[in-house]
Amino acid sequence: MSRMQNAVIASVKTALGWVPAQWLPGGTPDPLIGRSAAIGRQDNRLDGPAKVGGLARFSAEVPLQRLSYAALVYSSIVRGRITRLDTAAAEATPGVILVMTHRNMPRIGLVPLIGVTDLSAVGNSSLPILQDATIRYNGQVVAAVVAETQEQADHAASLIEIDYAAEPGKTRFEEAKTDARTPASILIEKNHVSVGNAERELAAAAHRVDNVYRTPGQNHNAIELHAVTVAWDGDSLVVHDTIQMVASSAKALAKLFGLKKDKVRVLSPFVGGGFGGKGLWDHQVVAVAAAKLAGRPLRLVLSREGVYRIVGGRSPSEQRVALGADADGRFTAIVHTGYSIMPPHGACPEQYSLCTRALYRSKSFEILQRHLDLDIVPNTYMRAPGEAIGTFAVECAVDELAHEMGIDPIELRRRNEPDRHPIHGSPFSQRALIQAYEQGAARFGWVRRQAEPGTLRDGEWRIGLGCASGSFPYARMPGANVRLTLRSDGSATIASSAQEMGMGTATVQVQHAADRLGLPVEAIGFELGDSALPAGPMAGGSSQTVSLAAAIMAASEKLTAELLRLAGNDSPLAGLRAGDVRLLDGGIGAIEDPSRHESYRSILARAARDEIVVDAAGSAPLEMLKFAMHSSSAIFCEVRVSDVTGEIRVERMLGSFDCGTILNPKTAASQFRGGMIMGLGLALTEETLFDERSGRIMNATLADYHIPVHLDVPEIEVMWTGIADPRSPLGARGIGEIGITGVGAAIANAVFNATGKRVRELPITLDKLL
Amino acid sequence: MNPVTYHRAASVAQALESSAAPGHRLLGGGTNLVDLMRKGIERPTGLIDVTQLSETIALAEDGSLLVGAAARNSAVAAHPLVRSRTPMLARAILAGASAQVRNMATIGGNLMQRTRCLYFQDEAGSRCNKRDPGSGCDAYGGFNRYHAVIGGSPACIAVHPSDMCVALAAFDARVRVAGASGTRAIALVDFHRLPGDRPDLETLLEPGEVIEAVEIPAFAGPSAYRKVRDRASYAFALVSVAAGLVIEEGRVADIRIAFGGIAPKPWRAFRAEAALRGAAVTQAAIDAAMAAEFADAAPLPGNAFKIDLAGRTLSALLAELSGSDR
Repeated sequence: MSRMQNAVIASVKTALGWVPAQWLPGGTPDPLIGRSAAIGRQDNRLDGPAKVGGLARFSAEVPLQRLSYAALVYSSIVRGRITRLDTAAAEATPGVILVMTHRNMPRIGLVPLIGVTDLSAVGNSSLPILQDATIRYNGQVVAAVVAETQEQADHAASLIEIDYAAEPGKTRFEEAKTDARTPASILIEKNHVSVGNAERELAAAAHRVDNVYRTPGQNHNAIELHAVTVAWDGDSLVVHDTIQMVASSAKALAKLFGLKKDKVRVLSPFVGGGFGGKGLWDHQVVAVAAAKLAGRPLRLVLSREGVYRIVGGRSPSEQRVALGADADGRFTAIVHTGYSIMPPHGACPEQYSLCTRALYRSKSFEILQRHLDLDIVPNTYMRAPGEAIGTFAVECAVDELAHEMGIDPIELRRRNEPDRHPIHGSPFSQRALIQAYEQGAARFGWVRRQAEPGTLRDGEWRIGLGCASGSFPYARMPGANVRLTLRSDGSATIASSAQEMGMGTATVQVQHAADRLGLPVEAIGFELGDSALPAGPMAGGSSQTVSLAAAIMAASEKLTAELLRLAGNDSPLAGLRAGDVRLLDGGIGAIEDPSRHESYRSILARAARDEIVVDAAGSAPLEMLKFAMHSSSAIFCEVRVSDVTGEIRVERMLGSFDCGTILNPKTAASQFRGGMIMGLGLALTEETLFDERSGRIMNATLADYHIPVHLDVPEIEVMWTGIADPRSPLGARGIGEIGITGVGAAIANAVFNATGKRVRELPITLDKLL
Repeated sequence: MNPVTYHRAASVAQALESSAAPGHRLLGGGTNLVDLMRKGIERPTGLIDVTQLSETIALAEDGSLLVGAAARNSAVAAHPLVRSRTPMLARAILAGASAQVRNMATIGGNLMQRTRCLYFQDEAGSRCNKRDPGSGCDAYGGFNRYHAVIGGSPACIAVHPSDMCVALAAFDARVRVAGASGTRAIALVDFHRLPGDRPDLETLLEPGEVIEAVEIPAFAGPSAYRKVRDRASYAFALVSVAAGLVIEEGRVADIRIAFGGIAPKPWRAFRAEAALRGAAVTQAAIDAAMAAEFADAAPLPGNAFKIDLAGRTLSALLAELSGSDR
């Protein structure tokens, strides 16, 4: 992101500051807020039976005639050139159809990096893919083998002989600091924030903490491996993928392979877990090219190791957080600076400083992120990129300051709760973090916590309680399109290329459409996961639900206008304008006079229409720029730590969320819990072992890369304020990522409360407590 | 994975005959060997499936427990004789792997499983003297938190990953091995070799020999197993301790201590046992015993904590066994 972008966004924000709120999206609260029927119900996921019954077909399961199978070979050095590449033995192996290397891979351009400026750009890495003999990171794809069976492909891949001329690579975090870059912006925020003189305030503060926090690299481990099944038919291409950005990946592949946009179709009806990792990476491009060369449909399923080699994860970070407070505990200084990795060929800035801008008010701020360039597979978006680790640092620091001052950490937060956005000064659209704390604390039994660490014990186990705030910004994506079809039998279908990653996309939008259209949920269908449908938003940034909701809202407005036109003068609706009516009870009714109502069936029958089809796009998400819109949470946990071994067991966790309207309590609770479990892994177990000598990930297996197992996961209770956001569609904000934020700090704070030991480097393993 | 031939042995004699062929390996549950074949670390040309051989669990005439090599881990852990006579062995087995893996894995295979060293496991990108003798060891200077603090050599510091073998070492178990010239018994504590300058040689098993059974002598006192690891299940030990204790008149009459996760083999702590035998179980006595045991230890910055951890865990376990709350 550039200085230019900073200037543009700043001027738009300034201009919007003068625009009355009523003129903007969300200016008038969505009329569905407070009068919903299906929304807010405890509904099972519509795709549940198909998944439980094994009927849902994932991208690695699509049957095709004459299907071939591919296996990849990855570089084992970090930097250099291939000097010898012997594929003869592989090619001579039974069943092998093709070996593809940089020598015979079609010449293609670079994948444009995903960003805020070009919404069709979708790449996670802009490095060339099998285009030359240069090695740019350890794990890079150097060859693909296509064979009649997966086993034949795997075996042949092991027979390819490669010699390298190795060169030194940039692999060391510490050394890379010398050449750290300071980007002008972090996503759509200006990077460097300097309000007042934070260092001076810090030095003069009555109370202060000033520490460095370290978080390790982490890798994506969705249950479903990255997999693609590809078929060419002449110059048209069908890609069965598992991807979080169906529409834009189809566009990107078309551009890359020189095809017309309508010649590429990406299908992804189900994604078996995404978390930010299921984007466009090298394997889709290699599979498309290899299928072309082989002249056969082709399937490429990455091994678990393959996912580690060529799909990026969360960047490691080193963050300094300093807090200064006056005698009453009011913050006079907040400093949050640090380093993370973002090579120039990567797209994700690991925005750990964004949470710090919204959490607390303070007399002064100094916020700055620096980027390191290493020769690695670029890090990418991984559930709450930035916020997951940023809240660890900041929320540990708050706990440390509270301990230093001898006050309750919730009370310290209450004293610094902002009433406007602390940096921009814009009003919050809605914020009830303190209420979330109060309700959570009561339910959790926070009064049991003893301020003095190490007070509570049970045999060899010390018991500690901790809490922390989570934070995640609201986002709504521009360019979300849907098609709404209303049929004469009173049923309706919504279609959009949108993604279903297991969170209940179709389920909640069907609930939404039922309320929006005044139809029962049984009358609504939702089609998604197909680039042939109107281009939906990507599933990322916890934004898909509201982005689709805004598009459905727009479609229902168009539909209303169309229905009124068709109803004509022979209808009880005659003379009413769009603003006078609402959709309810299977038709249109006057807001002021319930007796003036006509059903869809009746209107369509009289007009002799089988159906009405409207295409619509969500409005520009200007509400994001006028208002400070954030979800927040209060996370509580209780841990036990063994005096003997240092082992940590999380006994229970509670998440109290303030995320606007909760559309479906069941799917929402699952999202919150899943995020909190991932946060437990972030706190205690997950760590990519990146060997800085070789630039190689050493624990590329689920045996050696530790995610929490069932026995590590305790009872998790979730609750929410449920207060609607008056500025967003349905009053909802995203909930996919907030769950992981704050959890790392809540656990670290509980460990401190149990032991008196402050671990500032994740994961908190037992050896750090001995 | 390379193409392999597959034969199922119906008897020990058949297994002996077919395993004598070059490039052939015996296959138990396959939970380790097949993984290593997929990674290109093991490249046998033929597999002899020995899961049809004895899976009997029974008492021998001398009172020891005899467990056939083909017995599945889960079957051993669930067997009434094991649970009543050596519950600690059942605990150790259940502390390992996952339920699914234990259902497949065999006792014989467990003895033969190979290290989880990350550099050993990375055929494509790392140097390893065990995998490729003389190539060097990337674990030194790399990630060696899981590596040996004692018993290693400049060539290799990889640890033996088994939980079960730690319990067997403590119980003086013997491995009954059949060969062309008859059968022999090898004490479990001798069965695994220290790496020295030949880390590729891991056991005393000669080519062509077949593990028939494991004999576990009775132990009179209470015993216990405690495994310390990075998550609550499905993780290898950072440190594990198998201990048995008989106290008579306040003094140690018999004691067994074996450690896992700290050495290239299941580490029977003979020196510590000798130091404690005849003594009262006090923290000072345990500290002295641990100092004696680890006098030759060679910890690295990444794993030095394990000596302290082993002592703490042993201390807690002995307290548990002696019924005191020390």
